[in-house]
Amino acid sequence: MCGIAALQIRDVGLRASLGELMHGMLCGIVDRGPDSAGLAIYNDPTLTPAGTSTVTVLNAELTPDALAAALRDALPPAVGVTVTVTGFGETTLINAQIGTGALEDAITSILPGVQIAGRGEHAAVRKGTGHPLDLAELYDLRSATGSQGLSHTRMATESAVTAAGSHPFTVADDLCLVHNGSFSNHATIRRQLRAEGVTCDSENDSEVAARFIAWCLAAGDTLTTALEKLGSVFDGFYTLVVTTATSMAIVRDPIACKPAIIAETDAWVAMASEYRALAHLPGIESARIFEPAPGVVYTWTLDSTKELVTL
Amino acid sequence: MTLTQAPVHIETVDLAVSTVRELNQALHATDDGTSWVVDTPAGQHNIAVGIDRDLDLVVNGHVGYYFAGMHQKGRVTVHGSAGVGLAENIMSGTVHVTGDASQAAAATGQGGLVIIDGNTGARCGISMKGVDIVVGGDIGHASAFMAQAGRLVVCGDAGEGLGDSIYEARIYVKGTVASLGADCVEKPLRPEHLAELAELLTLAGRTDAPTDFRRYGSARTLYHFAAVNAAAY
Repeated sequence: MCGIAALQIRDVGLRASLGELMHGMLCGIVDRGPDSAGLAIYNDPTLTPAGTSTVTVLNAELTPDALAAALRDALPPAVGVTVTVTGFGETTLINAQIGTGALEDAITSILPGVQIAGRGEHAAVRKGTGHPLDLAELYDLRSATGSQGLSHTRMATESAVTAAGSHPFTVADDLCLVHNGSFSNHATIRRQLRAEGVTCDSENDSEVAARFIAWCLAAGDTLTTALEKLGSVFDGFYTLVVTTATSMAIVRDPIACKPAIIAETDAWVAMASEYRALAHLPGIESARIFEPAPGVVYTWTLDSTKELVTL
Repeated sequence: MTLTQAPVHIETVDLAVSTVRELNQALHATDDGTSWVVDTPAGQHNIAVGIDRDLDLVVNGHVGYYFAGMHQKGRVTVHGSAGVGLAENIMSGTVHVTGDASQAAAATGQGGLVIIDGNTGARCGISMKGVDIVVGGDIGHASAFMAQAGRLVVCGDAGEGLGDSIYEARIYVKGTVASLGADCVEKPLRPEHLAELAELLTLAGRTDAPTDFRRYGSARTLYHFAAVNAAAY
């Protein structure tokens, strides 16, 4: 069992409340996964300042100050490049005014083998082990603002309780995946992806799904098409939420063992494992509330378009 | 002579203030004939489970998992929707949801009546053992799986695999059936079926015409081992 809660806000006036609303949603899914948790927040000007890249590393062996100093030495001496490094327990968030790839390269030159758990220009990923509400305090979730976010509470089944095994999985720029369920053929698909040159950095089944989607997107698929392909390749139980810089998609396996409920208003669309995570949202009384049908990919974009595709 | 009826006292419980356990314990300890209103359920789980008093209970808002599980007596109404396992293993009494219900509504129910005005998710009436279920809208896949007794009335459409491995129980569907499960077949709608269907629809407060429904049930070919299949084992 795991918990998922995701929120996309279309009403620009409500985006200052993203963290507050997501905190309430997280409270509603704690019981489903008390061993670890993670968050992705999109377009928070403090976490992901405009014009910078943001990379998340796990269990960095340097203090934030030492890592920042090392990065300033390592980065090309471009005029005006500032580096910000902030520690959040097992997660360290690094911002710099250079491309994500260059920033990742600089980080791995300083910390060889370090696990990179987040990357992009819009998404800030933080995750770790411990009680989800303690982690929410550590990450100061209630102060977050932005356009969309997703959260996950984990009850581990397929791999160890570690920060690396926590969700979301962010294996390409601004692409985040959270999963409730378990895949039964992930080892086979991991081997196939490795043969294609894809690197996995945990033994987690959900990471393989994230790698698969990233691989499809890199080959030119849309998010919806990538999830359709996932449905034909992956075997197991899943409710997935996948976000990109501009969109949020939800899909359940055709047997629909794992729960999901969606609430939609003109101002926002929210998804959670259980209704009680949505009960506090503004305007929930008049929201359109429904369970996503089995085997259907639902995709919403920040410009308010919506797409439904049956697997 | 003038008969003055005593005003009905209604006990109100706000679940923003009281816990679900406090409510449930109060419902278990109360007298027959009492009336209860529950506000602010906020999707919490296990509300109103195990009621064995002949009471009336109204819940204003959406409820979570296993609402009115093991229901034994009384009439329970939710003005909202219900999560997974609504009225699971209901024994008798009535549970009415004005909105939708998630999967496994009235699962394993042994008796009583469960009314859902909206739609249900998958596995509605799974392993039903005598409960009557009336759904105003559609039901999801694998509904009435291994149903053993009772009646399932669906005024909308049914999803894939309806009545798979059904033993007994009678299923009435007004709309389309995406597919029938193993050993579930359409059967003739005889006068006694129209009569029981009319009764169930009336109990559920519906005006649908019984003649618009089709009946499904067990072909009873899975009851006994068939020697022709011996090689499959």
